[in-house]
Amino acid sequence: MEFLKDLFVNIGLWFSGWLTGFMPAWGVEVVTGFLGAIILVFIGLFAVLILTWGERKVIGRMQDRIGPNRWGPYGLFQPIADGIKMLTKEDIIPTGADRWVHLVAPILVIIPAVLIYAVIPFGDGLRGADLNIGILYIVALSTIGTISILMAGWSSNNKYSLLGAFRAVAQLITYEIPLVLSIITVVLLTGSMSMVEIVENQTVPYMVSMPLVFLVFMVAASAELYRAPFDMIEADSELIAGYFTEYSGMKFVMFFMAEYINLLAMSGVIVTLFMGGWRFFGLEEILPFLNPFIFFAKCAFVIFLFWWTRATFPRIRIDHMLGMAWKALVPIALVNLLLVGLVDKLVEGTLLTSGVLLIVNIIEMVILLAILDKVGGKTRAKTMERVAAQQG
Amino acid sequence: MSNYTFIGIFIVVAIAFPIVALAFAYFIRPKKPNAIKSTIYECGLDTIGETWVQFRVQYYIYALIFVIFDIETIFLYPWAVAYDKLGLFALLEMFIFITILFVGLIYAWRKGALEWV
Repeated sequence: MEFLKDLFVNIGLWFSGWLTGFMPAWGVEVVTGFLGAIILVFIGLFAVLILTWGERKVIGRMQDRIGPNRWGPYGLFQPIADGIKMLTKEDIIPTGADRWVHLVAPILVIIPAVLIYAVIPFGDGLRGADLNIGILYIVALSTIGTISILMAGWSSNNKYSLLGAFRAVAQLITYEIPLVLSIITVVLLTGSMSMVEIVENQTVPYMVSMPLVFLVFMVAASAELYRAPFDMIEADSELIAGYFTEYSGMKFVMFFMAEYINLLAMSGVIVTLFMGGWRFFGLEEILPFLNPFIFFAKCAFVIFLFWWTRATFPRIRIDHMLGMAWKALVPIALVNLLLVGLVDKLVEGTLLTSGVLLIVNIIEMVILLAILDKVGGKTRAKTMERVAAQQG
Repeated sequence: MSNYTFIGIFIVVAIAFPIVALAFAYFIRPKKPNAIKSTIYECGLDTIGETWVQFRVQYYIYALIFVIFDIETIFLYPWAVAYDKLGLFALLEMFIFITILFVGLIYAWRKGALEWV
């Protein structure tokens, strides 16, 4: 029973203990490292299979359709069929394309996506590595993806690809700033950049004590993941498919997989930073082997929120979208950071701090809504005036 | 196990993963290229003029503002980590720092650098 209590950690300990029997210490390190790395990559792959099916099913239901239902129970094998189809498709390199850059871009897009899994804590003791700069590592990796997108668009010798890449880069770098500023707020309260310590310090989940920061982070994250309503990159009615227009077969699959691997990774980051990771009202102490299940259940909830927004909102125009990041999210995030710093200095005690933070956040939201209402009203009045003048 | 050893091993696995997948597909997929198939997809029309067009200065300005704010966040990270150990002076200092940046943002806003034309 003791063994079952913390099942996954004990399996790991038993395995490395078994290896120590006939191997030097560095050999154990390398073998367990490789196995851990492969398990993490397979978590990513499995996420692609489940999430593609789930997205089509959920969006289908929300749009009053059935979604995939032919192959397997509830169409569950659909992603496998898609994968086999993609695997047997010819690889087409357009004339005049930069062959090598065209080849390297899909490889480079998936490497940082996979590498993020190294620092995400799936449970107490269930993580690849506990870096003391964990969250900075994730921020650094997520910028590499931007380069590969520009490479893909530039090398394809296609104007749609190039335009898509320009838009994608503008969107990614713009939304990076509110994202990173929201992360700093969490780091400030925790006093550490390690993902494990961030989870351990969350007696009250930061989502509850700082709803505004969570909201800014969610919006910025959905832009970073090109989820609707920020899917300018794949605005198919304007740009065909954006930067991967000229990709086919397995190279296209790489971009596709990177998107879904990133989706699970980003929701893992959101769960870690704002929802208390593997913790669930003390259940993690009683039954530690439930930790990863709690973690993935929370991830599923976050991903469902992303799908829900996709089904609800229409696509935003690109200038509105970029304007929102610079003129709304960045100022909010900066003001938030200062207020959280102030509260953290002035108020003692975890619960009291959380309460004060919540009140401050709510006041901030009310003021913000008032400002937005005023500005929006002015813009609307101006537009109406112009339309009236045109109609004569 | 050292954490950075694991990151090193993981980088090797992560690089191998897409290469293995692409190599696997290379042996399975058909290879029948022809001139029409490899033309650029532009709704059936030929591309007019050079593809690698000059891009507007707007992109450059955006990237410039991004760099300014990104460097700002790099300054903010160590401050945030050490915040509990620092006095009220650190908060005041950061207040001034962020105010200067805020003025910069408003300047860029007024100059119209944030408009996507």
